[in-house]
Amino acid sequence: MNGSTGMGRNIARRLLRNRLAAAGGLVVVFFFLVAAVPALFTSQNPDRIDVANILRPPSAAHPLGTDDLGRDVLARVVYGARVSMKVGFVAVGIATSIGLVLGLLAGFHGGRVDAVLMRFVDIMLCFPTFFLILAAIAFLSPSIVIIMAVIGLTGWMGVARLVRAETLSLKERDFVAAARAQGAGTLRIVFRHILPNALAPVLVAATLGVAGAILTESALSFLGIGVQPPTPSWGNILTVGKNYIEFAWWLSLFPGLAILVTVLGYNLLGEGIRDAVDPRLKGR
Amino acid sequence: MTGVIYRPETDGALLAMVNVYKTFPVRKSFFSREDLRVRAVDGVSLTVPPGKTLGLVGESGCGKTTLARLAIRLLDPDSGSIRFDGDDITRMEGEALRVTRRQMQIVFQDPYSSLNPRMKVRDIVGEGWLVHGLAKGKELRERAERLLVRVGMPAEAGGKYPHEFSGGQRQRIGIARAIALSPKLVVADEPVSALDVSVQAQILNLLKDIQEEYGIAYLFVSHDLRVIRHVSDAVAVMYLGKVMETGPARDLFREPLHPYTRSLLSAVPMLGDAPSERIVLSGEIPSPIAPPPGCRFHTRCFMAEKVCAEVCPLLREAAPGRYAACHFA
Repeated sequence: MNGSTGMGRNIARRLLRNRLAAAGGLVVVFFFLVAAVPALFTSQNPDRIDVANILRPPSAAHPLGTDDLGRDVLARVVYGARVSMKVGFVAVGIATSIGLVLGLLAGFHGGRVDAVLMRFVDIMLCFPTFFLILAAIAFLSPSIVIIMAVIGLTGWMGVARLVRAETLSLKERDFVAAARAQGAGTLRIVFRHILPNALAPVLVAATLGVAGAILTESALSFLGIGVQPPTPSWGNILTVGKNYIEFAWWLSLFPGLAILVTVLGYNLLGEGIRDAVDPRLKGR
Repeated sequence: MTGVIYRPETDGALLAMVNVYKTFPVRKSFFSREDLRVRAVDGVSLTVPPGKTLGLVGESGCGKTTLARLAIRLLDPDSGSIRFDGDDITRMEGEALRVTRRQMQIVFQDPYSSLNPRMKVRDIVGEGWLVHGLAKGKELRERAERLLVRVGMPAEAGGKYPHEFSGGQRQRIGIARAIALSPKLVVADEPVSALDVSVQAQILNLLKDIQEEYGIAYLFVSHDLRVIRHVSDAVAVMYLGKVMETGPARDLFREPLHPYTRSLLSAVPMLGDAPSERIVLSGEIPSPIAPPPGCRFHTRCFMAEKVCAEVCPLLREAAPGRYAACHFA
């Protein structure tokens, strides 16, 4: 919506000048590519079992070694990126959509609607999210779809608060009064005047949210209630790794590194975007 | 004080506000149960004839902006009536209000917060045409360009975003938006107060030219007496939510009747035609939450006597066509 605007360009320029953010962006793009075209990064099949080559250390044939069933760890980490990216984006997409709608409603309507929605947010925030997810998955079958949905449905409160606050301040701005004087209806005012101006902080929250969602998915899979084997996910590779950590370090190190670097990348990018859109840093 | 009490001439007026009140709730603290209200506009009557300019002047916080927004129903009055072009718009709602709004537009003080930073200039200017189904696409683009040229902007400005322009240029964009729907009334809420003096003159001249060309009436709000004198046919002076004096601009500036107007004029060198001594008001403007009893102005008035603290003077005719709310005018 804003990529082509002068303002968007300005933000992009400031973002690129921030080296940490640019590095974060590079990491994000890299793992995106890994998830999109895994064949570029490994020629191995992540599910091919090779009992003759169990728990082999990194070598030319298996750059990151093999696991307890002789599967190539590089291939599993590469295909695991798919799960992480998918969960990260879909979960955050769900959370952001809910947050946007409820935040706009609460902020624009104010009064009773606002009070009810914000108390609902408070209630949702009272639950320890991770245990809520654990409980939900205990009832439902652990599948990637369920995980995405549950992470999304428990992660929208921050966005809702953010959007509400932005909406509250934006609706008092003169350009909204001008639009009303021109005869613009409520829908037009909300979607043309308020929403586009409230998106910048949402983008930041969403970027940071992807990192959180990836971490949550990894943790769930590590505990065995996330993505189920044989589908590779960074979390469930680590589960296997912990059994052999004393003599097969590669099985824990590489998926762990993948999680660390990805989450770090999203966090740096998110913080970079936040600094770039923060008006107080303008002109630096 | 024997003159006739001021009654706005509603016949033939484009905008007539009669006894309009507007208060805003204030909450002192979370635990406070007191129902305090700011009396922003406290029983104001005024009229704007078609094609003419009524200047509304007063200190900041006196309720001018609230009154301006009430006039075009961006705010809803607590009581009183507002007539526009023969129709009672006091409680008008929905589609009727939306259609009426085409006839009354507003230019804002702050050229930065009054333009949506995410919209191209031509879409800002042409939003009214779009929502009323008058133009879209290529036609909107071309009409917006013509309009931008009319207000002294380059035609290419339409494809740019507001942040690419200076304050004065942004105000021209705001004016273009206000006149796009060919309104009969434009409320100008301190339209030049945020601008450099050199740019102020350009914008004021533009507003005057537009008035002559399109016959638009202005309700022109400003705290700057020089600006008001430059643009106004008639003037209303506000203090703490009430009109203190109103009358034709030339008379009012030549011979102010109300002590408040006199003190205001004396503060601007070379403005009053008659040489006058500087009247320095003591004290601050009282809180509009608890305005002083009697005459609003008596706490700072150099002419105040006992009656002023007890009886609130009505706006009465003090000279032909001129009204002042003072016991001694």
